[in-house]
Amino acid sequence: MSPRSDIPLHASQLTKVYQTGEVAVHALRQVDLDLYAGELVVLLGPSGSGKSTLLNILGGLDQPSSGEVWFYEQNLTTANQRQLTRFRRDHVGFVFQFYNLIPSLTARENVDLVTEIVKDPMNSAAALELVGLGNRVDHFPAQLSGGEQQRVAIARAIAKKPAILLCDEPTGALDSVTGILVLEAIDRVNRELGTTTAVITHNTIIGQMADRVLQMTDGRIADEARNTQRLEPSQMQW
Amino acid sequence: MQALNRKLWRDLWRLRGQILATAIVMASGLAVLINSLSTITSLQESSQAYYERYRFADVFAQVTRAPLYVLQRVAELPGVQSVSDRIAKVALLDVPDFPEPVMARLVSVPEHGQPVLNRLALLSGRWISSGHDSEVIVSQAFAKAHGLVPGDHFSAIINGTRKQLDIVGLALSPEFVYVLGPGALVPDDQRFGIIWMGRSALSAAYDQQGAFNDLSLSLMRNASADNVITALDSILAPYGAIGAVARKDQLSNWFLMNEIEQLESMSTILPAIFLLVAAFLIQMVMRRMIATERSEIGLLKAFGYSDWQVAWHYLKLVLLISLAGIVLGSLTGIWLGRFSTQMYSEFFRFPVLLYRPNTAAFAIGAGISVSAALGGAWGAVRQAALLPPAEAMRPPSPPVYRRGRLADSRMGQWLDQPSRLIIRHLMRWPARTGLTTLGIALSVALAVMSLQWNDALMHLAEVSFYQAQRQHAVLGLNEPRSTRVLAEVSRLPGVLASEPMRIVSADLSAGNRRHRGGIQALPSDASLQPVYDINLGPLRVPADGLVLGSLLAEKLGVRIGGTVHVEILSGRRPVFDIPVVAVVDTYVGMPAYMNLTAFNRRMQQRPVTEYINILLDPAATEPLLGKLKAVPTLASVTLKQAAVDSFHATINESMLIYMFIFSMFAGALAFGVIYTSMRITLMERGRELSTLRVMGFRRAEIAYVLLGEAGLLLLAALPLGLVLGYALVVLIAAAFETELFRVPVFIENSSYAYAGLIALAAGVCSAMIIRWRLNRLDLIKVLKTRA
Repeated sequence: MSPRSDIPLHASQLTKVYQTGEVAVHALRQVDLDLYAGELVVLLGPSGSGKSTLLNILGGLDQPSSGEVWFYEQNLTTANQRQLTRFRRDHVGFVFQFYNLIPSLTARENVDLVTEIVKDPMNSAAALELVGLGNRVDHFPAQLSGGEQQRVAIARAIAKKPAILLCDEPTGALDSVTGILVLEAIDRVNRELGTTTAVITHNTIIGQMADRVLQMTDGRIADEARNTQRLEPSQMQW
Repeated sequence: MQALNRKLWRDLWRLRGQILATAIVMASGLAVLINSLSTITSLQESSQAYYERYRFADVFAQVTRAPLYVLQRVAELPGVQSVSDRIAKVALLDVPDFPEPVMARLVSVPEHGQPVLNRLALLSGRWISSGHDSEVIVSQAFAKAHGLVPGDHFSAIINGTRKQLDIVGLALSPEFVYVLGPGALVPDDQRFGIIWMGRSALSAAYDQQGAFNDLSLSLMRNASADNVITALDSILAPYGAIGAVARKDQLSNWFLMNEIEQLESMSTILPAIFLLVAAFLIQMVMRRMIATERSEIGLLKAFGYSDWQVAWHYLKLVLLISLAGIVLGSLTGIWLGRFSTQMYSEFFRFPVLLYRPNTAAFAIGAGISVSAALGGAWGAVRQAALLPPAEAMRPPSPPVYRRGRLADSRMGQWLDQPSRLIIRHLMRWPARTGLTTLGIALSVALAVMSLQWNDALMHLAEVSFYQAQRQHAVLGLNEPRSTRVLAEVSRLPGVLASEPMRIVSADLSAGNRRHRGGIQALPSDASLQPVYDINLGPLRVPADGLVLGSLLAEKLGVRIGGTVHVEILSGRRPVFDIPVVAVVDTYVGMPAYMNLTAFNRRMQQRPVTEYINILLDPAATEPLLGKLKAVPTLASVTLKQAAVDSFHATINESMLIYMFIFSMFAGALAFGVIYTSMRITLMERGRELSTLRVMGFRRAEIAYVLLGEAGLLLLAALPLGLVLGYALVVLIAAAFETELFRVPVFIENSSYAYAGLIALAAGVCSAMIIRWRLNRLDLIKVLKTRA
């Protein structure tokens, strides 16, 4: 397969083998995947199924053992560290399970951390407004609830207007009510900004908000399903 | 405990950088301590054994000429154990192949063997034999400086007569462990030596048959030296006594004891700085480690480990850090002590000066180091021990940050987020920030102190040799002569100018304070050897009255307008009261100046002089020196250039190496503090920095957060360090101040600059290591772990 100018992320035959001691762990086995512009994809699967490894490779944090990843017409598999940093800086927004906010910076300053280093970012206040935190901009992470912290993290990830938003278990550390608030923020960003979004979770219910749901098992994409209708996060329950 | 011990070893390996940095700081302090203590022991034991074995006297007196029967009265004084009389004079020597006249102290010894007191350690050759009055024993250092061995010859002007002397032996004496020639600031073995000659030869030459001019006493145990000296002075007064001195004021012994005292001050001030900083570093490392292992501590306790077992586990780590410091410090201390002892043996002449690394020094050093380490770790370990298991297993509550005045001020609005991150982190832990800054500042201070030794001594030399003394040479006459002699001296080829000068021993007193010293009498328009104030420069000699050095004025408790009671100890021994008309600041000695004319009047003498200061034509110096070797009325010739050269040579030999070593220690201190602080910040902020990397920050950008913090600390520490450096120099100068000299507080700007550069270099080294670690941050792990 070859790169296409209309597909933000295109991965083919991705294999990742971790050598831990004498044991070789096959985290990914010949995975093919395209993320289309503006779609929201949910990757489901149990622990160890290779979801995070796939996301890390797609986000330019890791390199596959074999296979290729293309960001539009840029081959990420042949990129060096410097080019991967550039790629993450300009095009990828990350949201992590444990928020990874900088505790010594306020919500706004955490977002400014990103807006200061990229071309043509969103206004940080607008980004926080988008995730529903317009009134909490001057709070430090320690003064925010877990859900609020995660929404700051989303604002931080999207303020650069990334081409791709990658979320690794964004609700993993949250209760269902706050989790849904966080998913609403992701959903809104995806709809309003048209950011291509991939969400990793082991919570199958979250699949209902996606355009496409990929089921990973044992390093492979075992199943792929397209939702005819995306549910609003507020309509979901667990 | 097997598993825990395994954990301990792994912790050690994991923390090797910080442990090594801390151990190096501790080791530096310990090395200085062991060096000082063991050198003190070497000097003390060597001098004690030497003094005892060679019967070093307790009291020393000089007279012009006293008949031998006086000895009986002296021996009967209460407290006196034994009496040893002799003839001692200063003479000029003409040593083959050496262009300048050389000065020597001629000391008589019995032809039949060792004197009663101040015996010689004969190192080679033999004792002089009676009937051969040209045979001499010379001091070993002097012989070595001139390449002389038994069997060689040289000539001397003995009381105006040139005489050939034959070397039969080389020796050392407890009286001359440290040999300082007239006008010198440091020993110069080429230009001043000790010559031991037969009693009959010397007494014949100086017309001292049936008499003596030099006396040494040993005292009974518990006898008071002061009482004996008072009685002795009154017995010897009619014979031109210049006042007896106790062993503690005997020049050689005074320098030796002063050196030991200086080492004692060094052994307290410097190690204290290092060990306090080491304690702080250990505190920092342990706090961080215990914070990281919080949940493991909880787990251990949940399994049933007691508080004490947990504490002991961490204390073992502290003890191992101390052990590393002690081993490293002991090895460095042994090396440094060996080096110091070797260096001291160049200045202090002992038959044997052995370096004996004494167990006490190591025990004291190790004890203090371990105490410092435990003191530093105590708070952190106690916290670990008392942590309730349930609480320990929960993650610690995140640090609460506040908006600070700086980061949110008008100026702060312009800060970018990484800079804000640096400032908030520093402000969040103000005590740690302050102590780290102080630690770096102390290293700068230490470097300033090490580097200023050279500045201070160069300044001392500049002031003493050039500003306060403008003559090229000082000629000493063998007795006071009419100032008409100046006309003769001016006629010598190459002499451009000449001025008279008298230096006469005297007791000065005011109220019940006394000082035994001398009066230096100068012509009112003296320019070659003026009255000199280190702040005001050369001053005109007042027509009458006394000009006192400030230390002496302080000692006597007098000010301008006060009166000093003077008892002259030579000539007709006049006694008079004289007003103090000026007080001058000096570096060397405790001078008391008078106008020469006024002084001669007080002495009830015609215009006479003992010394002549001369200015020389550089082109004609060598032939003149050759001529001076043969002038019979000269007792001494002191060349300023020679004194300057030997001063510089001494500094180059000894001081520069110490400066280098101490600058290294200062660098190690700076490295220890900066590296440990950066490493701990990296441990604390590794997660933040990885997050930034994931978000697309470049390596250089995250390095800025870490290195910027260290840079800011360094920036704050530099000015503080320079100020502390100045304070440390003042402190040490005060500790080293003596009656004979005080080290000027004088620091060149370049020393401040170099001190700063040493800290910067240590910062750069730490930064390079940290940068290497930063490049190996695990970006993926951070995404999956809780803060």
